[in-house]
Amino acid sequence: MRDVAVIGAGMIPFGRRDEDTLMDMLSFASLKAMDDAGLGDKSVDAVYVGNMGAGMLQRQSAIASSLADRLNLLPAAADTVENGPASGGSAVKNGLLAVASGYYDYVLVVGGEKMREVTGWRATDFVATMTHPQAEYPYGITLPGMAGMFTRLYMEKYGVTREHLLAVSLKNQEMGALNPFAHVEMALDRDGIFDSPHAIVNNPVSADPLHLYDLCPVSDGAAAIVICPLDMAKKLSKPPVLIAGFGQATDTHTLQERDDPTDLKAVTLATQQAFERAKLKPSDISVAELHDAFTILEIAESEHVGFFKKGEGGKAAAAGKTRFGGQIPINVSGGLKARGHPVGATGVAQIVDITFQLRHELPKNRQVKNAQTGLTVNFGGFGNNVLAFVLKRVEQ
Amino acid sequence: MPVDMELEAVLRPMQYPMPPYPPKVIVLANGKKMVIRQAVREDVPAILKSVHPCLFIERDYYDIVSARLYGELLAWYRYRVKSEYCLMGQVDGYLVGIVNGRLENEKVGMSYHTLAIDRGLRIGSHLFAAKMEYHMDYMGQDEVLIVAESPIGFRRWMVEYPLEETKIPHELGGGDSWRLTREIYLKAKPRLVVGDRPVPQELMDEAMLEIKFADDDTIRERIAGLKGR
Repeated sequence: MRDVAVIGAGMIPFGRRDEDTLMDMLSFASLKAMDDAGLGDKSVDAVYVGNMGAGMLQRQSAIASSLADRLNLLPAAADTVENGPASGGSAVKNGLLAVASGYYDYVLVVGGEKMREVTGWRATDFVATMTHPQAEYPYGITLPGMAGMFTRLYMEKYGVTREHLLAVSLKNQEMGALNPFAHVEMALDRDGIFDSPHAIVNNPVSADPLHLYDLCPVSDGAAAIVICPLDMAKKLSKPPVLIAGFGQATDTHTLQERDDPTDLKAVTLATQQAFERAKLKPSDISVAELHDAFTILEIAESEHVGFFKKGEGGKAAAAGKTRFGGQIPINVSGGLKARGHPVGATGVAQIVDITFQLRHELPKNRQVKNAQTGLTVNFGGFGNNVLAFVLKRVEQ
Repeated sequence: MPVDMELEAVLRPMQYPMPPYPPKVIVLANGKKMVIRQAVREDVPAILKSVHPCLFIERDYYDIVSARLYGELLAWYRYRVKSEYCLMGQVDGYLVGIVNGRLENEKVGMSYHTLAIDRGLRIGSHLFAAKMEYHMDYMGQDEVLIVAESPIGFRRWMVEYPLEETKIPHELGGGDSWRLTREIYLKAKPRLVVGDRPVPQELMDEAMLEIKFADDDTIRERIAGLKGR
């Protein structure tokens, strides 16, 4: 197997992109990544597109073939990868395996989703189609609803409090306000969303005990990377970022079938695999992008990946250990909470953000000092299909 | 324009007496303080400057809401509507939202429009709640008739309160009215109507000094830009 590196990364600002089609967004992000890679006249051998809902939301299928044509990448191989909110991560994995195996040299991986084409209710319903079609979906379960129940259990078992969730929300919004790619470029105020009696309107209950600002927004957006074998990457001008390890694991479809629904086994297993392959451990990580579709998930994942012991993640967030400049900065991009969560784009966007961090390209107020390694966790379903990547800066 | 006051006396509809709406201040999610106060007729030209750029924004039905609001405020300014009022939200003196309505009679209110010029801060929710508060708590009405022109309005008013469906035609045309009764209002009030009174003097002075408004491009970007929530 060959070592594989990210040589190009690009993203378009997430938000509500009424004027762009899904194909526009995928194209813009791809062009940015290919420009960034400095491929010149070289084309890519294959294209992998992570997307969850084009068939349902845009009534469009086979989008990878369409993108290859749109970008004049013909006759590159092209596949669409659908794996719920982990579609982006799965697309990266497919690209990674294709290059590592020696089958392809240059691969474009892009993830994108256009969710604001429909009302919030329909977008919530669309995301809920990943739940169990007999045991969950017909009973009206939504992902926020599931997250609410998960949070309640986590609170009861591990003592997580609303203060802990608030710390994540404030932190990620503060960082999102500094990120021009973020959907919600707005810092929040503790008084306005928590302490003041006015917070009852500003930050109403969404899925008890979760409130509005515990949830990520519904976003449009796309992100892309170009990968190639490390030895070829070393000849390019920008510092390559090695995909040092990845892991993927699944868990039961329904939450109630798990021995302990608060135990996100797939997160633990996927990150363990990624760390083993990278020959690194959690304490070696400089910066992490975790899948915080809900604030509780950042806390729970920070424990399951091994940054903190079970029950310590909430306290660590409240103590500022996961802030920019803290012990382990998490979601410096603003995370899904502020950068947004166009579902198919997220797994790729996390890697784009870590690539920028490891190339030391970000402005001072977001650049983790001397970042050498990064971790991403892309969480599909309610933790029933999780991908983790460990990335490493390579000095040329 | 010369005004024939003899003719005006015929053309101008009668007005019910309306008590003043006492201003209040609300802390928004971003920590900024929004003063909600009642506009006076002389404020209308300044308010219209903020409404104007919204006339050309299709997103979320801003165009129709703004066009109608523009006409309603102009009608109030020119004395062509019965018992209209307007409340506005200001942050740092800047106009961030407008609501208006009128009295159909002493017991029944007619809700007109809610226009949030800054978005993502639940300004529309706060202003609509202030409007209902004015009808119920200060004018002592029994009910308010309401329609929504945008899906967002439908979600915020019909669903969140929740309002009662009626077969009463609303004067804005379109669908039948939905009704806020006193009972519904009192039930919804603890979770939807907030604000502190009195407004600290320095905030009130700033709001009263001048109605500031963002330039057209900024308004369009806030409402219809990429980050529009």
